[in-house]
Amino acid sequence: MLQLEPRAATPWWLAIASPLMAVVATMVAGGALFALMGFDPVASIRTIFWDPLFGPASGYSRPQLLVKAGPLILIASGLAIGFRAGIWNIGAEGQYIIGGICGAAVALAAYPAEGAWIFPAMVLAGAAGGWAWGMIPATLRNWTGASEILVSLMLVYVAQRVAAWMAFGPMRSPEGFGMPGSRNLQHYPSAANPELAAGTGAHWGVIAAGLAVLATWFLMSRHIRGFRIRVAGMAPRAARFAGVRPETLVAFCLGLSGALAGMAGLFEVSGPGGQITDSFGSGYGFTAIIVAFLGRLHPLGILLAGLLLALTYIGGELAQLMLQLPAATVQVFQGMLLFFLLGFDTLTRYRLRWRAAK
Amino acid sequence: MIGWTTLLLLMSAATPILFAALGEAIAERSGVLNLGVEGMMITGALAGFAAAHATGSPLAGFVAGAAAGAAISLIFGVLTQYLLTNQVATGLALTMFGLGLTAMFGRPYEGVKAPSMPGGPLGVNWAIWLGLALVPVTWFVLNRTRRGLILRGVGENHDAAHALGYKVRLVRLTAIAIGGALAGIGGAYVSIATVLQWTEGMTAGAGWIALAIVVFAGWSPWGVLAGAWLFGGVAVLQLRLQAAGVAVPVQLLSMAPYLATIIVLVIISARQKYRGRGSAAPGSLGRPFHATR
Amino acid sequence: MNRRTLLASAAALALTAMLPALPAMAQGTPIPEGEKLKVGFIYVGPVGDGGWSYQHDLGRKAIEAHYGDRIETSYIENVPEGADAERALTQLALAGNKLIFATSFGFMDAVINTAAKFPDVRFEHATGYKRAENVATYDARFYEGRAVLGTIAGMMTKTNKVGFIGSFPIPEVMQGINSTFIHLRKVNPDVELKVVWAYTWFDPAKEADAASALLAEGVDVILQHTDSTAPLAKLQEKGGIGFGQASDMAAFKPTPRVSAIIDNWEPYYIKRVGEVLDGTWASHGVWLGIKDGEVGIGEITEAVPAEVKAAAEAMRDQIAGGYHPFTGPLNKQDGSAWLAEGQTPTDEELASMDFFVEGITAQIPR
Repeated sequence: MLQLEPRAATPWWLAIASPLMAVVATMVAGGALFALMGFDPVASIRTIFWDPLFGPASGYSRPQLLVKAGPLILIASGLAIGFRAGIWNIGAEGQYIIGGICGAAVALAAYPAEGAWIFPAMVLAGAAGGWAWGMIPATLRNWTGASEILVSLMLVYVAQRVAAWMAFGPMRSPEGFGMPGSRNLQHYPSAANPELAAGTGAHWGVIAAGLAVLATWFLMSRHIRGFRIRVAGMAPRAARFAGVRPETLVAFCLGLSGALAGMAGLFEVSGPGGQITDSFGSGYGFTAIIVAFLGRLHPLGILLAGLLLALTYIGGELAQLMLQLPAATVQVFQGMLLFFLLGFDTLTRYRLRWRAAK
Repeated sequence: MIGWTTLLLLMSAATPILFAALGEAIAERSGVLNLGVEGMMITGALAGFAAAHATGSPLAGFVAGAAAGAAISLIFGVLTQYLLTNQVATGLALTMFGLGLTAMFGRPYEGVKAPSMPGGPLGVNWAIWLGLALVPVTWFVLNRTRRGLILRGVGENHDAAHALGYKVRLVRLTAIAIGGALAGIGGAYVSIATVLQWTEGMTAGAGWIALAIVVFAGWSPWGVLAGAWLFGGVAVLQLRLQAAGVAVPVQLLSMAPYLATIIVLVIISARQKYRGRGSAAPGSLGRPFHATR
Repeated sequence: MNRRTLLASAAALALTAMLPALPAMAQGTPIPEGEKLKVGFIYVGPVGDGGWSYQHDLGRKAIEAHYGDRIETSYIENVPEGADAERALTQLALAGNKLIFATSFGFMDAVINTAAKFPDVRFEHATGYKRAENVATYDARFYEGRAVLGTIAGMMTKTNKVGFIGSFPIPEVMQGINSTFIHLRKVNPDVELKVVWAYTWFDPAKEADAASALLAEGVDVILQHTDSTAPLAKLQEKGGIGFGQASDMAAFKPTPRVSAIIDNWEPYYIKRVGEVLDGTWASHGVWLGIKDGEVGIGEITEAVPAEVKAAAEAMRDQIAGGYHPFTGPLNKQDGSAWLAEGQTPTDEELASMDFFVEGITAQIPR
């Protein structure tokens, strides 16, 4: 029977080929689905994968890829470090929301003062908020052994309700005619996080995402802590003998990924999002988990995976617009892409072997 | 306030999350963390509605909901058990896929009404009774039968279970399918019994609540019942209080069950850590199993 | 009188003034025959929500049917409010749409931002208050419809308890609750109004629970300002009557759905597309009601006695004839004076309504 056998090392060409194969498989299966729904499969696939990059309006959509991918990459970079160490923070969505709220709180408290200190203070507050929200599961795990997976997930729900409470209560804009939602920070120069150069899509969050990729790459491949993290993930007992304290590692990984997610939330609320609303958390934190895995927990892979997911979002909108493909079709397509990527990923870690049944 | 009507309301509100959480508890007891509950519930909601509409029989709807929930859960099962994909990512993908798929195929059912549910003893429909009955049954099977013992053993330590000759993957695949079927029934309850219509995304996060309930329950079926009643109860009670004219801090109150869940988790974890008592999460929860021989 | 300016408040003006000066629009240039006008829509929900977005999509279909091959429409559904909305709007503009309908309040800042980038594209934003030379706003006086439904509810209730499922405590919903209550009391001085906030626009299970909670309080008539049919389904199961919301919800005729408040965007959409076609489109803020056909009253079914039906229709015709549902004397909930005898509120006052009128015992969540 067909069996999986772990590979000692993943051949470099397979690491590249497997996501490509997954994308091709999704195109084939997705194309079949589109054809079944009565849409031109070739045109649909082209609209989703090609047009945002090279189509007639790509001058706009290419920078938008960065806007959409920025928070995903920033969050996923932090998550991947923990995942490597076997520490499962799946509450990045909550840390993102709390970071956004804390950052916005600084801005709203300072309003309408102007000053160069405001934005850096917001970034710090955002990171601190996310860090603190991430440290709750870390502390509980270190004290009581409570699963960080479950505590961080529960804290997402709490954060969502905090956001709704803020939007309707303490942070409600006094000029909003009683509608929920804070002031729009885009209209507050000292707190705004606008496009840094017109037409590039790059705001501070995108820069931060780029820096996070570089920093995590450095940490994981050049720094002793990165080495410890990898050892802890692969061989927890060996790591203990080597003097790695698991408590420190838990706090480091959850704190760092929380801080990065919090910063992503802050850059979003001060930039493209503009305000705290009751639906401020729009799923970036969960999607980033998928990005981390698609990127095989490697900084460069995460960069590419973030861009790929952003591509399907933007291409999906284009497909609705140009071909009248329903939004749901695009969602199914994304789901299939994830299944295929995860499935093909197995081939990079294991080889298939025929073995006689026992 | 807390009369029979409120209790009825509470039971009805708790039923979909009770089914889904029981299913997830079984899956998690076998060591599988499936975050795709929402995707499986919505699949059950559509399939159940479609079948009930086509046949005029709510019972057929529940059967179809269970079948559809189990079927879609097997995508997750095959990927995680045979292709060893990460459970967290695969579960999230399943939710996305299920929501999209049902929105796509549900279009013809929009604006159509379901056949009405027959009532049952004490004014409680039989689906609610079924949910209640499943609690002791699940408890009995998990704790008093050999199959339950095997399932729990696989969840606690899959390497040991494998060494003893049990088919870890098959046990888990079965648990995933049962979880999918129960989530499907929970979803079908929403479309057939609560709302009586199909609209896309109608489960509106119930699957995520079910995940919370399992933790609150400490993975025990009786705990799941308590959790479903707590979550359903808070939702119903705040509506009842509002209807009675009491100003309720809705956002703060709706956080309460989640905070309670964290507290419960912390207590049972601490008990296990410091006194070696009680059971926290199953030992192999979320970890992929790969036979080394 | 059907084109009242919605808001001229200092805040809104200041915001409009802050926008960069726009190049003069090519007003007055009709679109020649044979050249297609592309019209785009963004929806906050799926078109299949059976309520809010569904009704806007009916409007889109209506302009297609009305103008045939002179226009071409497209839409993007399920657009989250915030950054994604701005991108969706820009994509529509880049795809050559020259008239774009943004159909949710939360798209407001995204519309203003996008409109600044595309001075030759006209934007129509539903329920917002920020405008520009190429951004018009439009809204419906749902509270007028509430007056009619309130009349039916007040005469139909046997328990003298009427329930209202609110979505969020925002001005639009406050207007609806107040208008309902005033007209309940007009026909039935003993009636009580019970309010439940669901904190959602669309969550069938929660809306069903909200309906159940009201029924358990002894309510036998329910009005809803949430979009699903779940409350009607609950009424069908447990007895009592209700009304369609946003769309007709005809599947529940003749009872429990005895009438409906319908968001009918078709006349406005047809008119505005026509104006772009013949070159007369200009920015404005309008708030249309029963008289303009934007707020429709769904068929009153045979489950309603003839005299109740007559009273409801009389109310509807009165409103169309100029009666304002908020006509003094009216006090606020705390007893302080609001409107003097015969006085009516300004639209600005209505647009930021954050209080209940006297007699409502429910409290506004803070």
